[in-house]
Amino acid sequence: MTAPTPDVLVPTAAAGRRDAPATPRRHRPSAARRLVLGAFGVLFLLPLFAMLEFSTRGVGGRSFAAWRAIVQDPDLVSAITISLELAVLTVAGMLLLLVPVATWVHLRLPHLRRLIEFICLLPLTIPAIVLVVGIAPIYAWVTYLLGDSSLTLAFVYVILVLPYAYRAIDNGLGAIDLRTLAEAARSLGAGWPTVLARVVVPNISGALLSASFLSVALVLGEFTLASLLAFNNMQVTINLLGKRDAAVSVAVSLAALLLAFVLLLVLSYVGRRRGSSGVTEEG
Amino acid sequence: MTAPQPTTTSAPGLASSGTGRRRFSRLAPYLAVTPFLVYVTVFLLYPTLIVVAGAFTDDRNRPTVSTVRILTESVYLRAFARSIELSAVTAAVGAVLGALLAWAVWSGPRDGPLRRSVMAAAGVLAQFGGVTLAFAFIATVGLSGLVTVFVHDHLGIDLFTRGVWLFDMPGLLLVYTYFQIPLMVLVFLPALDGLRPQWREAVESLGGSGWEFWRYVAGPVLLPAFLGAALLLFANAFSAYATAAALISQGSPIVPLKIRGFLSSEVILGQQNLGKALGFGMIVVVAVVMTLYALLQRRAARWLR
Amino acid sequence: MGYLELREVKKSFGGVLALDGLNLDLAAGELVSLLGPSGCGKTTALRIVAGFETADQGRVLVDGKDITGVPANRRDMGMVFQAYSLFPNMTALGNIQFGLRLRDVPAARRRQRAAELLELVGLEPHAAKYPHQLSGGQQQRVALARALAIQPKILLLDEPLSALDAKVRVTLRDEIRRIQSELGITTLFVTHDQEEALALSDRVGVMSEGRVEQLDTPARVYREPATPFVAQFVGVTNALEGRADGEAVVVDGHRLPADGAASHPRGAAIRLIVRPEEIRLSPVDGGTPTALPGTIVTQSFLGPVTRLTVRLESQDGQLLRVDVPSAEAERHAPGSRVAVEFAPRSSIVVPA
Repeated sequence: MTAPTPDVLVPTAAAGRRDAPATPRRHRPSAARRLVLGAFGVLFLLPLFAMLEFSTRGVGGRSFAAWRAIVQDPDLVSAITISLELAVLTVAGMLLLLVPVATWVHLRLPHLRRLIEFICLLPLTIPAIVLVVGIAPIYAWVTYLLGDSSLTLAFVYVILVLPYAYRAIDNGLGAIDLRTLAEAARSLGAGWPTVLARVVVPNISGALLSASFLSVALVLGEFTLASLLAFNNMQVTINLLGKRDAAVSVAVSLAALLLAFVLLLVLSYVGRRRGSSGVTEEG
Repeated sequence: MTAPQPTTTSAPGLASSGTGRRRFSRLAPYLAVTPFLVYVTVFLLYPTLIVVAGAFTDDRNRPTVSTVRILTESVYLRAFARSIELSAVTAAVGAVLGALLAWAVWSGPRDGPLRRSVMAAAGVLAQFGGVTLAFAFIATVGLSGLVTVFVHDHLGIDLFTRGVWLFDMPGLLLVYTYFQIPLMVLVFLPALDGLRPQWREAVESLGGSGWEFWRYVAGPVLLPAFLGAALLLFANAFSAYATAAALISQGSPIVPLKIRGFLSSEVILGQQNLGKALGFGMIVVVAVVMTLYALLQRRAARWLR
Repeated sequence: MGYLELREVKKSFGGVLALDGLNLDLAAGELVSLLGPSGCGKTTALRIVAGFETADQGRVLVDGKDITGVPANRRDMGMVFQAYSLFPNMTALGNIQFGLRLRDVPAARRRQRAAELLELVGLEPHAAKYPHQLSGGQQQRVALARALAIQPKILLLDEPLSALDAKVRVTLRDEIRRIQSELGITTLFVTHDQEEALALSDRVGVMSEGRVEQLDTPARVYREPATPFVAQFVGVTNALEGRADGEAVVVDGHRLPADGAASHPRGAAIRLIVRPEEIRLSPVDGGTPTALPGTIVTQSFLGPVTRLTVRLESQDGQLLRVDVPSAEAERHAPGSRVAVEFAPRSSIVVPA
């Protein structure tokens, strides 16, 4: 039987909140639990394993030709590059747009909170497939003004990530005592840009990281808008490639899934470390 | 020596001198929010308006409900029916199985590697991309997929005796469920975290068993969160496009694929705004579901805070 | 032989020793508090009694019967947690009835009993309210009523007042005491707040590092601490370094009478512990052989008493805390020189 964590021995005060000290949860490693986890494990790993098997089929044994083709196919490489660049642009746009707004809602504009929250939840209610219908004329203007690079997709991608990013940043701001920090900085003579850059951002870095990673995952996986607006990104190219050479498509799909998995796993470790410094009370 | 009285600061408490400066500093936050509002208007609100307005316009740009009424024709009704059925079934299956998996993960250590891996994997599968998942399943149960070949060679079963179902509704059912379950885990696990250990111990100290805890306390408390999550799953499946587009290249059994048809200029003369009407129909369905979800979330949050 | 007993209970969590051979016994109807700093093991001890933890070694007995192996839901004990223990999906009445519902008590009977208990804790008008509609103090009253509804043999309280506001804490504390003595139920109460423990209990068990250092009435724990830890944990203390000399202690050349010094070998390095209210100040210039000279530095008005800080001319200018009745505070202006002394029997002498 695994020993429960010794929470009772060292009660930690969660930052700001007045919580009861956590009583250790008794972990009952029941057979039922293990069975459930095992069954789901097989179920979910099977397609991934199948992808590996499928993409390494060769004449008389295993071959990594499909995997090598990933870096050799110029269309694919350029599409992957475009997707990565789009990810960076989207994250930048999201941060530039949301951090000031979220901060101001917390500090000065609490009455606008409902409106901003509603706006940020709207993209969940407007399916991408519907948004693309309405945004086509807008993009006609965008490509007219800025050329027809696929990177212009970043504009609409920022909209798509709004719900997840805003919630992450909002939670991050809620966890720190923003008002006190800002007032302390202001009383020491800091101007607003300094407050934002030196006080707010460092203290919500965990939330910003989380929002960024979620945005990257979403951008790398986006297909609907890119495809229907006739742009080229990674998912569109994978799809087109699939008709031609399924093995390469499967290989790059698997690679993308694994990369995103590693990304999110790293995030979960980084995020935890930042948010978990508790204060131990002695006597 | 007595402690000095703390001076009370008035909200917002940030001093500015002079009426000009004060007026500016009162307006300044609104100015800061304006770029955001403008951006959202251009890239979200205006397109939505185009869709909604377009649904109620005919070809000569006059307001009408005839476009929307065309939606009641059997072709489109059937597409909506299939979309709703697909979403409902995958939401129900995904909700139950996902809740089960969430429970299994939740019973373990909170910061352990298992939970982290499952959450990261769930994040990928739920969010990532219908195209990658479509290819995952082609590799598994496609015509030359691993499982197809395996059962054919070892068990003599041909998976496709009744047609290649992967590239039709049954395929969608399977693949959608595959990403609904992780989404359920993502949404429902935090609700399970909201169950306080004191409740379980209180039940035990009053003489109750584990089963009684789930029946009288945990079950009822989790029900709003569970139903809300199921609704979210429904909306997710209903709005999904990429998987269907990757698997089904000809024909459009569900609404998102019908919209695709209208965008790739297979437009029937006299019905250009039909795509927008379909879009409007989708917005209505999803909006209703999301409103119910929001209401359930409020109840869930009150109990699971 | 007590009604509730813990014998040589040992418990470790992953290599950290929480309880180190704990012994405790409660007489029937008694209210005993376990008092100690964070990490001393008091909550662990309570949870072992409740059955939420199992002891690695040792036994728990109730009325002579060994219940060490009995699962928590069959121990017939009522437990009140620090916070958040009310079932959010049930009203106050529903929460209180829950234990009776589990025992298949018919609806009318259990509603009646729940109503009685609601009246006992003074919350009848709130019967139909849900936990989120009740204040912290009200929630804890409901939690208490819920625990008592099943008429348990023993009542366990795990820091029930710690999460409440100061004023509510005092009122509720008196309520708990009243109800407990009315019902005569054997009660174990865990707290880190000394005032609570001293005010509430028939006996106080002061704990440190997994052991009970002293289990005695509040007065004796306060006035006759058995160990240095108890002396310094309970109440406010001053400590002076010196050497034992028969029935006195020599502190920087001054020979201060102290009964407790007799039990220490002559010349041994000791620490003299004396409470603020036991110190007498006289306006003697330069002190006397049996009084330490010092200067008053500050005054803090605390209501009935005023606490002075006195800087000694010896002991490296150590600050002593001295309590005087507020009516006399005028006599002790900051800056005046005084002589510090105390009665021989009001100090405690412990090895340095």
